[in-house]
Amino acid sequence: MLISDDSRLSFEKGSPGRRGIRLNAAPLGAKGLRDRLPAHLLRKRPLVLPEMSELEVVRHFVNLSRKNFSIDTHFYPLGSCTMKYNPKVNEWAAAHPAFTQVHPFEGDDAAQGILQVYYETEQYLKAVSGMDRFTLQPSAGAHGELTGMMLVHAWHESRGDSRRRKILVPDSSHGTNPASAALFNYHVVELKSNARGRVDLDELRAHLDDETACLMLTNPNTLGLFEEDILEITKLVHEKGALLYYDGANLNALLGLARPGDMGFDIVHINLHKTFSTPHGGGGPGSGPVGVKKFLEPFLPRPLAAKTGDRYHWVTDPGQSIGRLRAFYGNSGIILRAWVYIRMMGGPGLLRASQDAVLNANYLRAKLKNIFQVAIDEPCMHEFVLTIRGAKKQGIHAGDIGKRLLDFGIHAPTVHFPLVVEEALMIEPTETEAKEVLDHFVKVMGQIGEEMIRDPDLILQAPHHLPIHRPDEVLAARKPVLSYRDLLREKMLAAEGAPVSP
Amino acid sequence: MNFPKELKYTKTHEWASKKGNLVTVGITQYAQGEISDVVFVELPKAAQVLVQGKPAAVVESVKAAFDIYSPMSGKVTRMNTQLESKPELVNQDCYAQGWLFELELSNPAEWDALMASDAYEAQIQQEHH
Amino acid sequence: MSYLPLTENDRRDMFETLGISSFEELVRSIPASLRGVKLDIPEGLSELELQALLERLGRKNLTTRDCLSFLGGGSYDHFIPAAVSQIISRNEFYTAYTPYQPEASQGTLQAIFEYQSFMTELTGLDVSNASHYDGATSLAEAALLALRQTDRATVLVARSVHPHYREVLNTYLKGTPFRAVEVATLADGRLDRADFESKLGPQTACAVVQSPNFFGVIEDLDGMSDRLHAAGSLLVMVCHPLALAVMKSPGEWGADLAVGEGQPLGIPMNYGGPYLGYFSAARSLIRRMPGRLAGMTLDSEGRRAFCLTLQAREQHIRRERAASNICTNQALCALAACVYMTLLGKEGVREAAEMNVDRAHTLREKIAGVKGFSVGTNLPVFNEFVVRSSKPFAEVDKKLRAANILPGIDLGAFYPELRDHFLVCATETKTAQDLDRFVEALKQC
Repeated sequence: MLISDDSRLSFEKGSPGRRGIRLNAAPLGAKGLRDRLPAHLLRKRPLVLPEMSELEVVRHFVNLSRKNFSIDTHFYPLGSCTMKYNPKVNEWAAAHPAFTQVHPFEGDDAAQGILQVYYETEQYLKAVSGMDRFTLQPSAGAHGELTGMMLVHAWHESRGDSRRRKILVPDSSHGTNPASAALFNYHVVELKSNARGRVDLDELRAHLDDETACLMLTNPNTLGLFEEDILEITKLVHEKGALLYYDGANLNALLGLARPGDMGFDIVHINLHKTFSTPHGGGGPGSGPVGVKKFLEPFLPRPLAAKTGDRYHWVTDPGQSIGRLRAFYGNSGIILRAWVYIRMMGGPGLLRASQDAVLNANYLRAKLKNIFQVAIDEPCMHEFVLTIRGAKKQGIHAGDIGKRLLDFGIHAPTVHFPLVVEEALMIEPTETEAKEVLDHFVKVMGQIGEEMIRDPDLILQAPHHLPIHRPDEVLAARKPVLSYRDLLREKMLAAEGAPVSP
Repeated sequence: MNFPKELKYTKTHEWASKKGNLVTVGITQYAQGEISDVVFVELPKAAQVLVQGKPAAVVESVKAAFDIYSPMSGKVTRMNTQLESKPELVNQDCYAQGWLFELELSNPAEWDALMASDAYEAQIQQEHH
Repeated sequence: MSYLPLTENDRRDMFETLGISSFEELVRSIPASLRGVKLDIPEGLSELELQALLERLGRKNLTTRDCLSFLGGGSYDHFIPAAVSQIISRNEFYTAYTPYQPEASQGTLQAIFEYQSFMTELTGLDVSNASHYDGATSLAEAALLALRQTDRATVLVARSVHPHYREVLNTYLKGTPFRAVEVATLADGRLDRADFESKLGPQTACAVVQSPNFFGVIEDLDGMSDRLHAAGSLLVMVCHPLALAVMKSPGEWGADLAVGEGQPLGIPMNYGGPYLGYFSAARSLIRRMPGRLAGMTLDSEGRRAFCLTLQAREQHIRRERAASNICTNQALCALAACVYMTLLGKEGVREAAEMNVDRAHTLREKIAGVKGFSVGTNLPVFNEFVVRSSKPFAEVDKKLRAANILPGIDLGAFYPELRDHFLVCATETKTAQDLDRFVEALKQC
């Protein structure tokens, strides 16, 4: 067999006394540990850790890796995630010792290379977004959103305006980050979209008042549609003294085509791990730089990157800054990858990337609308939404289609989102997929379309060909087993006749 | 679907059962169906003061957490601690073993504002259209 | 153009399918006034050119290959086995998405589960999540959890907690009704227990103590958790994870939360990021834990399976109280830490930790004998300690850099009362020759 069916933890492998990496631990000083650290400061609780040889460890992890889907092995049409190819030269650069072996406290003069990367990346992000200044500290999109909320709050406070309580979001949005908003006791209000899936101007006018702190939008929206009234929207919001926040999740549709800064947004966050090709890593690390218009620059986290003459350096004037968002400067390794990508693509390349992303999405939309229903049938940007609500009578949900796609070696699209579309499948091919991959996807979806009628069980019981099948998430939540110790405890309880789990 | 006649109901799908100045609270069969498999219940604390219509407890499914609102005002007297190890009781037996908490009323007149079984059932039918 | 597979033929075919004759027809929904963007970004390079450019840039960075560095302070030069880099370079790991589809992600999910297991072992607490952005944000999340859990308004924070971490905590609390109150440090670097006592009050949600602290000192927290618990407050500890292999663990100290920076576990210094914030908690706090959790369960055929769990908390809004910001994790960094711990194993982790204690104490003793420098205290440290210079530190730093040595971190930059004190770090990477070379250079000052 090729994919291991051994699901043992590393803790369950190996043998007492077996060693992996050995260090030459001979002390340099005259005393041993017990003479250096008094007994009452020493650890007494034993460490239960694996004891494996290096080969065992390598086999363990390489076999684990083979149980994963990944961009380098499978097509991922995941809407709003921009699963584009992660170029290997990015990885080469990020692993280069000239960049990995630099300590953050070496001083600006000793870090001119990486500082230049920070500075230039900021300039490129400004060019792409039309914003005036960026902080590269936020380490993910959600972190960027939190920064955004802090900026909104600080701005209104500085104007002595403490009446601003509301954050407006379209009902098609990611539900923003309700937690970030709640931190300041902001109240999130959802605006109903119009029949064409966009922000309803009347709805907006009805909710906009002098208690509105901010409108959060992504453009194109989660249906993949461009907000045509965006200039009117930003004008209305500014008239009421509120700010506009741009969620950059869908920026891959717009590079070189349009810029959120020109649309009127005051704060923008960009996901380097989406638009700028840095790898998803199984869930991070990412990077979520936040850009602002000039009037908000004083509030940005410090330090900021600057260039004086030929010298790059950090600027720390605290002023009205909201403060630091993390230790040190940002996810340097991720920023470096994005810099490499931008230098490789160049301005014309980025424009072409967005054009191809939009073309690929529309091509798929045109081909799939004969099989499934498109939520809003008009030209889309880089993604679009299908609905399979017609299959409800067979008891088939969007999630099931996602599972069946896995059997064909295609990762599920984003399912059951956006919430405004029933049984939604959000599809974003990105520009790095060849036409043959798209055609194959269409063929597979066609087959699934037939299966829905001919043999719905194939879909309801999917996936059939993967190492596991539909894990019991209810059990996982009711009886959480979250570590090897939990497992040992459960085994003990089971041996004693108590209720059992894995 | 079953909505026992001796109980009263809220718009937000809680049921209340009155005995003297004590009221027991749970969620209706409709609610537990919508929530689907309950994995965890966060109950109010003993002697906690509750206000009618304000969140008193949280019921969690795999994907979401739902606020449970107190049907009446008062002070918590008992909580169904069995739900700690058996949250599924909320699904299996929502009107009896799946009860959530009991409170001592501070304003018994609030009882009249609650819905009777027919009115609640009618509301459910409406929501489905 | 790089990474763009569509050919002119492809585009022509696709236009035909769409019934359009130019790309413009697809973007008519964008108002004309927004078009006409001219990206001020240079033309794309070939990979050959890019590699050459990057090498040139890299030469402008000073690295541990070029000099002998004794810098610590939250970012550490620890040994990273070759197998760690190899394994996290597996395409199936680093180009995978967040494991929302468990059937397609058992590799990532099991690795996260094992990482969680390692962190619970090290901290001695019951449950660990799948990581935060870094130690500082992890601490901020822990403080928010304590504030929610106790329903109180104040967080006590030792002055000896990393300055950046304290700044981040203040950022997260700014604009909320919560406050952080600083607890003083004694002259020898230990927590001032008397000051802690005087500040502990009915509004204290938790006390945050770092050990080893920013000055390298391993704190004696005897009686502290009892004191806090009696007052209805929580104990939050911030710890260097490798130190936990030999140091009394947060669990043994009675801590409720343990957070910190996982970079020492197989992650390069990388000029400050990406790093790995770890977060462990006592079982009673599990439902309030932010961040992802990988759980073990059974699949429909009774086989062991892993999935993300306890996600409901992430979506729920609680308006009356502060809530946790939803965190994406640093999965690949957690994987690196997991691989590192597995490779070193039970004995290796302990060995590495002991070597740190040995290098730091040995070096401190040697420096104590150098004229013009004093070390102030004999308190137990893990891998860093404070040195005081009779000359301005800037002079010492300049002289040593000319000898290709980075002597340490200027503490005066963070603590005004510590002018001309500097923080020296010696990890397992230091040899006897390294220590001697450093001491010789100090003697020349």
